[in-house]
Amino acid sequence: MADAKPRVKVPKSADAGEVITIKTLISHKMESGLRKGKDGNLIPRQIINKFTAEFNGQMVFGVDIDPAISANPFLEFTAKVPESGEFTFTWMDDDGSTYTKKSKIKVG
Amino acid sequence: MKLNRREALALGAGALFITLTPFKGGALAKNAEEEIQAFTSGAKVMEDDMVTLTAPEIAENGNTVPIGISVNSPMTADNYVKHVRILADGNPRAAVATMHFSPMSGSAEANTRMRLAKTQNVIAVAELSDGTFHMTRAEVKVTIGGCGG
Repeated sequence: MADAKPRVKVPKSADAGEVITIKTLISHKMESGLRKGKDGNLIPRQIINKFTAEFNGQMVFGVDIDPAISANPFLEFTAKVPESGEFTFTWMDDDGSTYTKKSKIKVG
Repeated sequence: MKLNRREALALGAGALFITLTPFKGGALAKNAEEEIQAFTSGAKVMEDDMVTLTAPEIAENGNTVPIGISVNSPMTADNYVKHVRILADGNPRAAVATMHFSPMSGSAEANTRMRLAKTQNVIAVAELSDGTFHMTRAEVKVTIGGCGG
């Protein structure tokens, strides 16, 4: 989906070892594949099926998403930051495209 | 059968107790049971207070129902929550999402928004690093279903 726009909220700085809260949102219709269109045929499924959050290349949090997640999927989770670095957030679409967003955080 | 006063009172008290005992550990819809089986590969699931599921009692709009999960765990390298499977037993498909945590997560907490087709149970099953499974459920009453169609 061309208009998928990821947004994340990560604190700019934290203390070493602090557990921070991250909020993410991506605009996406999350078509479930169970709805019928005006012509009576099923609208094909198109959802974000996977989300991952990595910190300095290490997996922090991930979600396998099913069609029961609402449109414009919102996710709030926590992460422990031992050092300064960069978060990489990745969303995977059913159509094969991926959307990424990076966010730096400073420790100390 | 003729009851004397003592028996009649005991029977009444028993019936009242059964009525007042909250519904716990009852059967879930078949599709949710199957999903739980698939997730745990048949292992025993304990329904206890390890997992907390935050969901509204009444959801006006089934299209976006905010839900939160939280598992009581220190999240250290040798004792952490691996996965949490979220299910809804009254949706056309029970699966909602599977969350993967790691010791880097800091805490086993996450919030999201989900669709609910009708009034039903939302279930969270957590797999811990020691191989045990814990689950909890919450009933959400839905005013307007959220699956279109």
